[in-house]
Amino acid sequence: MGSCSSRAARIPDVDSIQRETGFSQASLLRLYHRFRALDKNEKGYLSRVDLQEIGALAVNPLGDRIIDSFFPDGSLQLDFPGFVRVLAHFRPVDVEDLRNRDPQEPEPLNSRMNKLRFAFQLYDLDRDGKISRHEMLQVLRLMVGVQVTEEQLESIADRTVQEADEDGDGAVSFLEFAKSLEKMNIEQKMSIRILK
Amino acid sequence: MGLQMLVPFGPWSWLFFLVALKCGGASSDLNESTNASPQHEPDVRFAAAGSEPAETVSVFALDYDYVQIPYEVTLWILLASLAKIGFHLSHRLPGLMPESCLLILVGALVGAIIFGTDHKSPPVMDSSIYFLYLLPPIVLEGGYFMPTRPFFENIGSILWWAGLGALINAFGIGLSLYLVCQVQAFGLSDVNLLHNLLFGSLISAVDPVAVLAVFEEARVNQQLYMMIFGEALLNDGISVVLYNILIAFTKMHKFEDIEPVDILAGCARFIIVGCGGVFFGVIFGFISAFITRFTQNISAIEPLIVFMFSYLSYLVAETLYLSGILAITACAVTMKKYVEENVSQTSYTTIKYFMKMLSSVSETLIFMFMGVSTVGKNHEWNWAFVCFTLAFCQIWRAISVFALFYISNQFRTFPFSIKDQCIIFYSGVRGAGSFSLAFLLPLSLFPRKKMFVTATLVVIYFTVFIQGITIGPLVRYLDVRKTNKKESINEELHTRLMDHLKAGIEDVCGQWSHYQVRDKFKKFDHKYLRKILIRENLPKSSIVSLYKKLEMKQAIEMAETGILSSTAFSMPHQAQRIQETKRLSPEDVESMRDILTHNMYQVRQRTLSYNKYNLKPQTSEKQAKEILIRRQNTFRESARKGHSLPWGKPAGTRNIRYLSFPYSRPQPAGRDVRVAEFTDHDGSDAEVPTIMFNTHSPTGSLQEGQRTQEIIPMKNLHRGGKPAHLGYQRNRAQEEQLGGGRRVVLRPKPLFHAVDEDFESGEESEEEASAIGSRWSAEHRPGRDLQGSHSPLLQSK
Repeated sequence: MGSCSSRAARIPDVDSIQRETGFSQASLLRLYHRFRALDKNEKGYLSRVDLQEIGALAVNPLGDRIIDSFFPDGSLQLDFPGFVRVLAHFRPVDVEDLRNRDPQEPEPLNSRMNKLRFAFQLYDLDRDGKISRHEMLQVLRLMVGVQVTEEQLESIADRTVQEADEDGDGAVSFLEFAKSLEKMNIEQKMSIRILK
Repeated sequence: MGLQMLVPFGPWSWLFFLVALKCGGASSDLNESTNASPQHEPDVRFAAAGSEPAETVSVFALDYDYVQIPYEVTLWILLASLAKIGFHLSHRLPGLMPESCLLILVGALVGAIIFGTDHKSPPVMDSSIYFLYLLPPIVLEGGYFMPTRPFFENIGSILWWAGLGALINAFGIGLSLYLVCQVQAFGLSDVNLLHNLLFGSLISAVDPVAVLAVFEEARVNQQLYMMIFGEALLNDGISVVLYNILIAFTKMHKFEDIEPVDILAGCARFIIVGCGGVFFGVIFGFISAFITRFTQNISAIEPLIVFMFSYLSYLVAETLYLSGILAITACAVTMKKYVEENVSQTSYTTIKYFMKMLSSVSETLIFMFMGVSTVGKNHEWNWAFVCFTLAFCQIWRAISVFALFYISNQFRTFPFSIKDQCIIFYSGVRGAGSFSLAFLLPLSLFPRKKMFVTATLVVIYFTVFIQGITIGPLVRYLDVRKTNKKESINEELHTRLMDHLKAGIEDVCGQWSHYQVRDKFKKFDHKYLRKILIRENLPKSSIVSLYKKLEMKQAIEMAETGILSSTAFSMPHQAQRIQETKRLSPEDVESMRDILTHNMYQVRQRTLSYNKYNLKPQTSEKQAKEILIRRQNTFRESARKGHSLPWGKPAGTRNIRYLSFPYSRPQPAGRDVRVAEFTDHDGSDAEVPTIMFNTHSPTGSLQEGQRTQEIIPMKNLHRGGKPAHLGYQRNRAQEEQLGGGRRVVLRPKPLFHAVDEDFESGEESEEEASAIGSRWSAEHRPGRDLQGSHSPLLQSK
C-alpha cells in the first residue's frame, strides 16, 4: 500500500476526509480519479454542468434532483470533500463499524438514518423538514410514465401522504417517513458495493 | 432500403443452393422411389422428361423430389418459428423453461412425424455442412453480442474458468468413464481411453446462455453474467479444439501406441491452435474495421463486409488447422467497437438482426436434426454408460466450479458467493454443440458411436428439461431479497425512488476498472487505433443527429397525444379536492398500487441483458426517450418563459397567467415550480410574488411565508442599480437559478461553457445590471449577454 499512500497524498486533506466519511484509501483514490475525470476543464471543482454531462443521469427520472443533492444550499461548486461526502452516504454498512462505534461521535454518514435523510431530501425540495402532498406529487410525476392521468397521480399522492402521515398535518415529516420504511432493508438498498 | 433487403438474401440463398446441390446428390442415391432420371441437374430434367416415353403431356404433375431438401428445411424452420411465436405469446412459459426446450420438443415432433411416415429425412447434417455453414453463425452471434468492457475486465477469471473448466470437465469425465468401462460387467471394455476422452470432450461443451433468459429478472449481478457468457463463448471453441486433436490422435494411433511425446505435442498444438485462431481473428477484425471506414457512400454493403470478413477469418483459420471458432469470436469482438461507430444506423440494425436470424436458423436446424435422430432406430442403449455419464457430468461440473472459483476468489476484489457458484454449476446445460460433435463422429473410428449418441442425447434432454425448468425457481429461491408480500404504496414509491437514486449515484461513480492494462489500452486505442479505423468527422455529429431524429419522432407522438401541453391539466375542479381526506376503499388502493407498479419508470438496468433467441424489445430505450423528452420540454418551457426574444410575447402572457392564479390554485406541474422560482425572482411587479408551492396543508402558508422570506432579499437585489459587488452577487444568484432551471439534456457542452464563461468572466457592469433589472418585470432571463448567447445556441439546437 506504500505506493497507494503516496498517491493518496495528492488528495488535499485526505485524512480529515477519511475520518469523516470512512472510505478506505484505495476508494478515496479511485473517487479522486473519478472526480478529476469528471472535471473536464480541470477547474478543481465540479459544476452542475459537469454532472449533467454524465449521460446516464440524463435518462434517470430523478437525474436533476440527484445532481442537486450534490450542491447543498444552492452552492455552485462542488469540491472533492463535498463530492465524497455525498457518496459516503452510499457506503455499505459495515457491521464491525456499528459495533465499535463510539456513541459520543456523530453518526457515520452511511448510517441508516443518514441514508434515509439523504433520500428524504430528494423529496423535500424546500427543506422544511416535511414532504408535503405537493412535493410528493412532484416526485410522482417525475417517476411515472405519461400514461397516468393527472387525477390518478393526485389521488396516489393523496393516498401516499395519508398512509404515512400520523399526526394529521397533511405532510410527511422525516420521522414519519422513516417509520413508513422501517421494514425495508435500507442499508442494502442504498449501498453501492464498490464504495467499500 | 431495397438493396439492403437483397443483401441478407445473398448468403442465405447461397447456403440453400449449396445444401441442395450436396444433398441433391445424396438423396438421388438414397431415393429409389419415383424417377430414374438424375435429379440434381435441373436442366437435365427437361431433357430426361422429354426422353421418357410419356403418354400425354401432363397438365398437372407433382415433382416433390426436386424441391424436397429446401422444402423440408424451410418447413422445419417455419415450424420452429411458429412454435416460438406461440411460446412467447404465453406469459408464463418464457419464465418457466428455456427456449431450447421448445426447440427440442419441436424437433422431436418432426422426428416422430418423419419416423412415423417412414420418410427419408433430408441429410442436412454432415461434417462439412455443420462445420462450414451451421456452426459459424452461432459462434459469430455469441462473439458479436458480447459486451466487451465487462468481458475484458473479467478476462482473467473468464479464461481461468472457461479454459480450465472445459479441460477439467473433459478429462475428468473421460477418465472416470474409462474407469467405468474397465469394469467387465458393463460390457464396455472395447471403449478405450481415447474414445472416452473424446466423449468427455464433446459432452463437456455447455451452452449456459440458453438458461439465462429464465432467471433474467432475478437481477443477476454483472460479474456472474459475464462469467456465464464468457464461458459459453469460449467453451465451444475449446471443446472443438480438443475434439479435433483427439480425433487426430485416434486416427494416428489406432493401435493405442501413444507416447509422451505425442501428448506433449498435443498440448503444444492445443495452445497454438487456440492462440493462432485468436490472432487471425484479430487481424481480420482490424481489416474489416478499416474497410468500413470508407463505406460512407455505399452503406448497403456494410453488413456484407462485416459478415464476409468474419466468415473469412473462420475459413482462413480452418485452412491452417487453427481454431476457426476462436478466430471468428476474436474477429467479432475486435471489429464490433469500430464497426459500430463507422456504419450507418440502418446497417447496424441490419447486422444485428441478421446475425440473430442466421444463428437461430442454424440452431433450429441442429435441434431439428437432433429431434429426428432421437426418434429413430439408430440407438444403442447401455444403462451403465448412460447413467454414469449423467452422474459424472454433474459431479465433475461441481468439482470444477467449486475448485476453480475457490482459487480465483483469492485474487478477486469481489469474490463470487456460494450462491453465485451454485447458479453457475446449475447452468451447465448442454446444447446443440455436444449433439453435433457426437453425431459427426466417424463411424469407422468409433464402432460404438451409437452409444455415444444415445448418451449425449440423454444428457442433453436431462439437462435442458430438468435443469432448465428448475433453475428458475432455484434462482428465485436463492435470491432471498424478493419478498412476495404486498408492499404499501409508500414502500413501493420509496423503494423505486431509492433504486433510481442508487442507479444515479452509481453512474456518478462511474465504472471502476481494476486493470492498468485496460487504461493503457484505452490510451493506445485513442491515440492510434481510432485514428486509423474510425471515419473522420463522424462520431459526434451522427450520433447527435440520429438522436435528434429519434427524439423528434417521439416528441411528435407525445405532443400529438396531448401529453406535453403544459396547460392540459385541468385546474378548476381540483380546488374542491384539496382539503378532503377521502376514504378510499381497498379496491381503490389496490388499483392505485397497480397503476403505480405498472407505470413507474424502470430503473436503468446496469446489468447486461442478453437473450439468445431474440433482441430485446426496446422498452428501456423508449422509456429513456420519454424521460429525456419530458425533461427537455421542461427546459424549453422554462426557457421560453424567460425569453425576451421571439418567444417573448407568449411567454409574457404565460407568466401573467400564472401570476394571476389565485392563492388556492394548486401548482400543476413540477416544471412550473421552477417557473415559479423564476417568477418569484423577478416578481417585483407582481402582487402575488410567491406562487403557491403548497396550498393545501395548513402549513402551506407557513412555507410560503418562508419562501417569501427567501425571495425578498433577492428581489431587493434586483431593484435598480447596485454597487458592483452586489451586482456580482446577483450574477451568482442568477447563475444559480439559471443552473437550477436549465436541464438541458445532451451535448450541452458548447452551450453551457459559452454561457458560463460569460458569467465567470463577466462582472457585469452596473449599467448592464440595471438594464437587466428593468427587463425583469416581464421576463426573467438574467443577463443580456446570456440572452444574446443563449438564443442563437438554442436556435441552433
